[in-house]
Amino acid sequence: MTWFLLKGLLRDRHRSILPVIVIAAGVAVTILMYCYLLGFVDDTARTSAKLDTGHVKMMTQAYAEISDQIPNDLALSGVNKLLSDLKAKYPNLDWAARIKFGGLLDFPDEEGETRAQGPVFGLALDLLTQDSKENERLNLEGALVQGRLPESPGEILVSEKFAQNLGVKIGEMATLISSTTTGSMAVQNFILVGTLNFGIGPMDRNAMVADMSDIQYALDMEDGAGEILGYFPNLVFNKEAAEEIANEYNSVNKKTDDDFSPVMITLRDQNGLGELMDMIEIEAFIIVAGFIFVMSIVLWNTGLMSGLRRYGEVGVRLAFGEAKSHVYRSMIHEAILIGLFGSVIGTVIGLAGAFYLQEHGLDFSGMTKGSTMLMSNIMRAKITPASYFIGFIPGLLATVIGTLISGIGIFRRQTSQLFKELET
Amino acid sequence: MGDGALITTKNLVKQYPIGGRKFTALKNINLTFETGEFTGLVGPSGSGKTTLLNIIGALDNPTEGHVIVMGQDTRELKHRQAARLRTEHLGFVFQTFNLLPVYTVFENVEFPLLLLEMSGADRKKAVLKALEWVDLSDKIKSRPAQLSGGECQRVAVARAMVKRPKIVLADEPTANLDAANSHNILETMFRLNKELNTTYIFATHDEKVIGYLRRKVTLTDGQVIEDVSTTPRYPTANEEMS
Ligand SMILES: Nc1ncnc2c1ncn2[C@@H]1O[C@H](COP(=O)(O)OP(=O)(O)O)[C@@H](O)[C@H]1O
Ligand SMILES: [Mg+2]
Repeated sequence: MTWFLLKGLLRDRHRSILPVIVIAAGVAVTILMYCYLLGFVDDTARTSAKLDTGHVKMMTQAYAEISDQIPNDLALSGVNKLLSDLKAKYPNLDWAARIKFGGLLDFPDEEGETRAQGPVFGLALDLLTQDSKENERLNLEGALVQGRLPESPGEILVSEKFAQNLGVKIGEMATLISSTTTGSMAVQNFILVGTLNFGIGPMDRNAMVADMSDIQYALDMEDGAGEILGYFPNLVFNKEAAEEIANEYNSVNKKTDDDFSPVMITLRDQNGLGELMDMIEIEAFIIVAGFIFVMSIVLWNTGLMSGLRRYGEVGVRLAFGEAKSHVYRSMIHEAILIGLFGSVIGTVIGLAGAFYLQEHGLDFSGMTKGSTMLMSNIMRAKITPASYFIGFIPGLLATVIGTLISGIGIFRRQTSQLFKELET
Repeated sequence: MGDGALITTKNLVKQYPIGGRKFTALKNINLTFETGEFTGLVGPSGSGKTTLLNIIGALDNPTEGHVIVMGQDTRELKHRQAARLRTEHLGFVFQTFNLLPVYTVFENVEFPLLLLEMSGADRKKAVLKALEWVDLSDKIKSRPAQLSGGECQRVAVARAMVKRPKIVLADEPTANLDAANSHNILETMFRLNKELNTTYIFATHDEKVIGYLRRKVTLTDGQVIEDVSTTPRYPTANEEMS
């Protein structure tokens, strides 16, 4: 009997090939969307983490409160001690102090008169210490367009676009005009040794990258830093661990009555990333649920068990003495079989697409041009263990739900009625 | 068995809800059928023939009254038991043939036997024999779409007969057939009725079918208005011819 039913299933394209195609397509799209969303969150979080937020970030409470104004007068002091304490307590993480700063970069001519100048968004990193991972973390080597990375104090990098706009070349002298933490004017000369393209809209407009100690000196921030960032191994964010570290650190070091005492926050607490991550999680759920709904309806109509088409068959089977429960069960088995088959095929296709997007990505630089969000121009998908089975939820559920719907239609009718509806 | 009739209907009433009202399709039907009958439920369209046939075949339930088939009251049967009754003792022939389109002639005829859990070899023997009865031995691998209407109905007869049921219920079996094919199918059933003592009950308003009957039950507006024995005309003539 099973073989008999299977033969029928295989021969009836409306019940086998068509639904398998529909399911496979739906499953593939679901997986692609899912992996793509994950990739989007992951990419955004990773980019943010590298450039700005870290996985955890330490600042003074006062600095944290208005951190978007880059209030370097409220920066951390005694950074060397803070860093060595953090390294001792959390050796698992990589810790790095940074200073963000704003200013004007001025390129003088031979007479010392301004030839070109423009505002810069500055990032001071530990570029020169032997064991610093900043260089590697920000992939400066890869982002380099012209010249080389700083090798000794006094050397800086700027965005390629910035250099082009100002018409300046590597090797030229540049003067940073900014303000010190005490409010007086800071003027410091540097040599431009290279240009960068990060592939991140806002960074590529007017970034300036300098070594930490140069900027500490220029801005009069001896042993100071705006923030200390902590990174988990392999740059993989771990929500629970990050929160645990932050809470533990704050419970010991954060003093409510001292604005200059340090506070630690996680990646999720910054730039709305926590909300973004939660939203994407919900969106992924909505996408999967939406596909279950749409596919159930499509399948119900394409004819896996399509009501009228099968009334005749079901009627005959019942008339010749097959029990209703047996017919019902065989229809559900059929749905599971088709659902599994379609899901497997769809998963393979979806994963192949997701893999391509993971490796190559899609270039969105047109859309991120004006954006100030730290988002990569290239969006990549991300394949996780869940990607392998997420497609089976809509694939299987949709077919089984579709069967249940049409099954109800068949079973609420008297057997005799099934024939009458065929005849008219 | 005192009332050892094959099928008995007792005060059978069937009502269909139409809108908020009830439409009575069968009014107090009392009939008995004996083994080996070749009987027609005859009457104009809408007189209740199909309804009565479906209730006898346990495909539908009566609103009131009882149908006793081979000693079993169909109203008291659970789904499963009714299914069992049909598997073992009932065969159906429909106006629209209702062959399963994705299966071959052989497989269509084989289907009722699968429910009886027969061995493969026994099934094959029975199917080939049934196809011999209807003279379709050369079409076993064909699909219904490749057959003429007459051939389809012969497959349907083979399917109804393959398990040699006690009773075959045939609803307007000739309605979609031309005269030659109608006679062919009727002769086949008439012959099988004699050879295997199978009871045939038809629902029909076709004069050709009526010509083969040995008993004619006339329905009008859901009531039996006549129940008479008749002398079949056609098969006698045809038998003499061949
Ligand atoms: N499911 C149903 N719902 C409502 N009325 C029905 C239903 N089935 C049959 N009828 C009505 O019952 C009457 C008898 O129908 P039927 O038994 O099919 O007649 P026949 O087979 O003699 O043409 C008809 O008037 C028909 O309209
Ligand atoms: Mg009828």
